[in-house]
Amino acid sequence: MTTYQRPWIFIFVTPALLLTIAFTLVPALTLLSYSLFSWQSFKRGEFVGIENFTRLMQFPFREDFLGAFQNNVLVFLTLFLVQTSLGLLLALAIYRLKRGKKFFQAIVFLPVILSLIIVAFMWKLFLDPLFGPISAIAVEFNLAWLNQPWLGQPGLALFTLIFIGLWRWVGFPAIVFLAGMNSINEEFIEAARIDGASEFQIFRKVIFPLLAPSFTIVAILTFIGAFEWFELPYVIGGVTGQPGGSTTTMALLFYRLAFGTVDSATVDVGLSSAIGVILFVFVGIGAALGSYYLRKREVQQ
Amino acid sequence: MKTASYSSEKNNLFLDGFLKFALVLNALGVFVPLLFMINSSFRNGADIYTTPLALAQGFDLTNYRLVLTEGKFLQYLSNSILVTAFSTLIVLICGAGAGYALARYQFRFNTTLYLFFLAGLLIPAKLALVPLFIQLKNMGLLDSRLGLILVYAAGAMPAAVFIYTGFIRALPADLDNAARIDGASELQVFRKVMLPLIFPVTGIVGIYTAIPIWNDFLLPLVFIRDTSKMTIMQGISVFFGEYGANWGALFAGLTLAALPLIVLYIILSSQFIKGMTAGATKG
Repeated sequence: MTTYQRPWIFIFVTPALLLTIAFTLVPALTLLSYSLFSWQSFKRGEFVGIENFTRLMQFPFREDFLGAFQNNVLVFLTLFLVQTSLGLLLALAIYRLKRGKKFFQAIVFLPVILSLIIVAFMWKLFLDPLFGPISAIAVEFNLAWLNQPWLGQPGLALFTLIFIGLWRWVGFPAIVFLAGMNSINEEFIEAARIDGASEFQIFRKVIFPLLAPSFTIVAILTFIGAFEWFELPYVIGGVTGQPGGSTTTMALLFYRLAFGTVDSATVDVGLSSAIGVILFVFVGIGAALGSYYLRKREVQQ
Repeated sequence: MKTASYSSEKNNLFLDGFLKFALVLNALGVFVPLLFMINSSFRNGADIYTTPLALAQGFDLTNYRLVLTEGKFLQYLSNSILVTAFSTLIVLICGAGAGYALARYQFRFNTTLYLFFLAGLLIPAKLALVPLFIQLKNMGLLDSRLGLILVYAAGAMPAAVFIYTGFIRALPADLDNAARIDGASELQVFRKVMLPLIFPVTGIVGIYTAIPIWNDFLLPLVFIRDTSKMTIMQGISVFFGEYGANWGALFAGLTLAALPLIVLYIILSSQFIKGMTAGATKG
């Protein structure tokens, strides 16, 4: 191209480039360096190498850190399993509708547009053991199983949070799968039907394999989302992950160590940054490996 | 042959019945909680405590009055509108410009820049919270809406550049070359030829950018202390702290915070769905 365009390249690209460098690239690199120093509140101390990382694996942080990691894994696996099956079910239901596709699509997707903060506070009130409607319904209809401290019992609270997350997000995989189904050439399905395949066989042998790309996207986004889980546990369990630390996630721990305490003596920017780096690397590598493996599977099919 | 098709019809009837049942159940699951929230927003706190499941007696606006006057919700809402609008505007303008240059101009660092923005997609701004906090503090942008706007705009930029570049590459280059031959300057080509062409994708990029910013909580939680600068999602959490015992007011606050997007969604649901799943679905 001619040289008179040179200044224009500069004019068009620079604003976007500068902003991205200043407020994403530089902070990301700085995060890496922060994790290698000791910190006094928000003042940087001396270089300590990987000491912050090793401290995470020692008393008293080891338990919190590993517990949080375990919670994130649990969130990811449960969300992925339930969300994928429910999403597929809803997508298939809308796909097979003859009328009202747009209408049901809009309903299924509605909670996805709501802020997690609104969703979390709303369900926190709903699940209140004293005045919440859920326990009122349980009492009214004598449903003992429903009358439980859903958010107050370790072991139960995290699954309640996962349910709330699911309520808000299941429309997303549903719409992604639906888009995948809509892009399938209907002649394949008709051909299978003429060959005498049952509806289940058509789903299992024709539709499902062709959904592989949608499946990849949903898996990766769920993985990233689950390991960055913050708002739900923050609103419902607070920075200490109540009840009893059972809802602590890595992002919550990361936040708590830097900002989440009134007592500035317990602020530990070095540790927080180390968790940030670990999350960053873990999510990055996980997403990259996952998409590589799943893409390969797509090609084979 | 006839019996076979009959049995598969019957089969379908059962399957479709089950699937429709699932859809109706889902619709109830979506609407009942939201309607309950709206219903309770017209009731006073004491009534909610004694009869949580009762219907509201008419449209009592006491809670809304409290939320709007003492709860500072108008201030929060206008802050959210300001922050979301300006960061989205910056993303659209800069993103379209960069996308245009990357798609249309051949230059030495073209591929490098494209890969840079692609890599930027992978950096979640929230993990760099501490460095951003210190950086904004040093720049005097802590506790300021401008600071929020810049961080949001930067975070959304890579995706916007990526979507714009892909879209513009697919447009025939003859269009802008014809304008150049007619003597249009580069800026004129961008404004008069490109802008109308990229209008449809701008809606998608806009929604993809704006909704997560509007809904975000973490960045204002860390960066904003002054209540007069808080966004609505942050304001809601402050409000819950102050009026925790007045459930009527809490439900009114939640309804008010959720309402703007729900109303927009009712009008533009297809665009919302397309925009928010951009990148996850093709087309």
